[in-house]
Amino acid sequence: MNPHCASSTNNWPEVKAVAERLLGDDVVQFIEECRKTSEPNSYLIAVLHKVQSKFGYLGASHLDAVAQLMQIPAAKVSGVASFYHYFRLQPRGKFIINLCLGTACYVKGADRLAEKLKEELGIDFGETTSDGMFTLEGARCLGACSLAPVMLINDDMHGTVTPDQIPIILDRYLKKAKQETASKSAS
Amino acid sequence: MKQDVWDALKNLREKAERVYQERMGQGQIFIQVGSATCEHAAGAIEVADEFRKHIAASGRNDIILRRTGCTGRCSREPIVGVFRAGEMPIKYQLVNRELVHKIFTQHVLGGEPLLDHVLDGPIERLSKYEILNCGSLRCGWKGEQICGGPMANQLKAMGVPPDVCRVTSASCFGACSIELAGKCTHILVRPQNVLYRITSLADLEEVVREHIGKGQIVERLRVKEEPVSQDFFELYGEIAFFNRQTRIALRHNGIIDPTSIEEYFHYRGFEALAKVLAQDDPDWIVDEVTRSKLRGRGGGGFPTGQKWALARKSPEKTRYIICNADEGDPGAFMDRSMLESDPFNVIEGMIIGAFAIGAHRGFVYVRAEYPLAVERVDHAIRMCREWGVLGKNILNSGFDFDIEIRLGAGAFVCGEETALIHSIEGERGQPRIRPPYPTEVGLWGKPTVINNVETFANIPAIIIYGADWFSRIGTNASGGTKVFALAGKVKQTGLVEVPIGITLREVVMDIGGGCPNDKKVKAVQTGGPAGGCIPASMLDLRVDFDTLNKAGSIMGSGGMIVLDEDDCMVDIAKFFMRFSEDESCGKCTPCREGTTRMVEILERITTGKADESDLEKLERLAKLVRKASLCGLGRAAPNPVLSTLTHFREEYLAHVRDKRCPAKKCTALIHYEIDPEKCVGCTACARNCPVECISGERRQPHVIDQSRCIKCGRCFQVCRFDAVMRS
Repeated sequence: MNPHCASSTNNWPEVKAVAERLLGDDVVQFIEECRKTSEPNSYLIAVLHKVQSKFGYLGASHLDAVAQLMQIPAAKVSGVASFYHYFRLQPRGKFIINLCLGTACYVKGADRLAEKLKEELGIDFGETTSDGMFTLEGARCLGACSLAPVMLINDDMHGTVTPDQIPIILDRYLKKAKQETASKSAS
Repeated sequence: MKQDVWDALKNLREKAERVYQERMGQGQIFIQVGSATCEHAAGAIEVADEFRKHIAASGRNDIILRRTGCTGRCSREPIVGVFRAGEMPIKYQLVNRELVHKIFTQHVLGGEPLLDHVLDGPIERLSKYEILNCGSLRCGWKGEQICGGPMANQLKAMGVPPDVCRVTSASCFGACSIELAGKCTHILVRPQNVLYRITSLADLEEVVREHIGKGQIVERLRVKEEPVSQDFFELYGEIAFFNRQTRIALRHNGIIDPTSIEEYFHYRGFEALAKVLAQDDPDWIVDEVTRSKLRGRGGGGFPTGQKWALARKSPEKTRYIICNADEGDPGAFMDRSMLESDPFNVIEGMIIGAFAIGAHRGFVYVRAEYPLAVERVDHAIRMCREWGVLGKNILNSGFDFDIEIRLGAGAFVCGEETALIHSIEGERGQPRIRPPYPTEVGLWGKPTVINNVETFANIPAIIIYGADWFSRIGTNASGGTKVFALAGKVKQTGLVEVPIGITLREVVMDIGGGCPNDKKVKAVQTGGPAGGCIPASMLDLRVDFDTLNKAGSIMGSGGMIVLDEDDCMVDIAKFFMRFSEDESCGKCTPCREGTTRMVEILERITTGKADESDLEKLERLAKLVRKASLCGLGRAAPNPVLSTLTHFREEYLAHVRDKRCPAKKCTALIHYEIDPEKCVGCTACARNCPVECISGERRQPHVIDQSRCIKCGRCFQVCRFDAVMRS
């Protein structure tokens, strides 16, 4: 047990209750498991991964709760969260478009795809469309260089994409979202 | 020698073999579908589902659907293998739902292969037999000497028609040893997959007479021990892209099911581990790895044995071992492939390394961007624990070791070992000054060995087949093979594992097939953002840590991007410099500021706002950043600039002096104009122009308003009369 943990805080039940409300039981439980190990602080990145995969991004309140619960200074938690590209500090769209900007994709015309995506969505890299559907992001390399240029939309990889295919692909996702809302309201 | 360890391995093997045989069941026909990130992207999951449905509908219980990782022939995926007992293994490329139906009805059920769809086909006919002759330096020349010329000619002279037996030249099978070198050659006869050792023409005649003629295996000439890449050649031997490779680290890729520990046991899995644990002599391992001349495959090229010896020497007894799977170089994906397609092999290498240095805890630091690789490694670790090859008292040897996965979070700099250590500790991934090196002061201040995925993947093979064998593949200073991720403007893209010391030309032209559309190779970029561009004139350069360094590039983790005439070298340098600028962690000034200023200068050059003095500034700054940066990222970041300045200075000069981009890539320097002679007034360009700056009447020559043109090139693309001129 980390000597700086629970013992130094005299309002531990309150801290925990707030964290449970903000992060959920599963994340709190994971953090408590981590705190039992010999190097609890080393799990900070793992905890942030858990929070992000649950909420889609790391909000300021999430980071505060993590800092409190792990007893790591909030400055350090936000320092780590903002250092790594993978962590998002803003909420994101329903579909996250990760356009690969790696070398192989670049020489195969990823820049033209970027232009087309920006044009179609009306947003720049790092932004989300006003309807909350798409977030456009650039990835370093998705490791599928032989299919270059590639883009990842949520977990679907699209290979050898041409600018002309972009509207069709985006449309498919919009339809998918519509179907989902339709079936939800039907049930 | 601890007999207990061998007994433990024997028990596990028997248990695994029972499961394996049960799973293969009455299987007479196997359908094998690839499963890795790239295969999935190409649609392999749907293909596998479709086969499953077809098998269920056929009601046959002798058709077995198998899963494998990826073979590294990415541009032809999804790849499906159909293996009918006693027949040539057939691999199909670019399989989709419709093709599944055809393959199933015609080939799987009907026995008629679809020759139009075979991998790297179409082929005209399938021969009954195939002889793969060794074409490697060590025994290939002997083959020619024995036959008095190419083996194919000799077979023709013996009256064997090509539809009965095809002859293909392959690279080294790994069946020769120092005593045999220059005394014999080896041939593999498929589909019986018998490896023969041929010492005279009479031997060859006997094989042809008995095996090819009567179907009788010549036991006298048969090689009994199984060489390292035989399984690979059995399945993929006829394909030129593969048979010129030497597969060691990737030897199981595309052969075994990456989620099945039973299959791994079947392919001699954990034999190397049992061997070292039974010998119980860590110094022997370190010595063996040192003699193998294995050098770090992550890019640094530090001798692995030496690194392990340094950690062993430390008085501190708590030591750690880390597998660096933070493969961040754009254009490199071999680590992903190894983790997704053969994770047990990497884990076995890690356990052996841990035993050698005396570590009881290990970490796999893997990118969060590789979810499937994380899943496969996690599964493999759990299976290993279940089977007693990880955890307490591994294989009854008394040795304890366990592995944890730690996820990266998208910081390129974390590939640097001290940054990686900080990241595992839960800190910002910033590097620190070395020395002390991690082998003295590493994770939580303890001695730590960090090796790359590919380095570990080579270890089991070195232990089983011996350091002598490994060190003889490759060059004097560096043993074994290197896996390259061949991509960019090249016909055949994918993973290529070749002996170190092979020429770039062999990789790019012979295996890769050169550029598509008959374009000329302009340069080859190796080593990612830390590497450089090697011009086409230097294609005969031997690929090795030292020679590449001399040419201003690096081996790096093995990304190899082919560039053709349409690629502007200044633009490429700018691309990499932007990457380094973005990924610079900001800790030291030369890297943080230097990369930013270099991007600015390159930006000026590519937009025609620079003069010749900027080239000098750029060069001076690049040299300064190289000298003064804190870690490898900053020190290597100027390489793309310096190497292009050395090899392609004219291109830089064209940009700054003539304000011209010879490759016509830098948009600001391009000028579009319509040739009134050629323009027929079809209006295609005007309709497609996004800013509507092209005007003209129907059937009259059109004109571009240069002041409004955004140089998007759309008119150039759509004109069917070549009337739009780009200069």
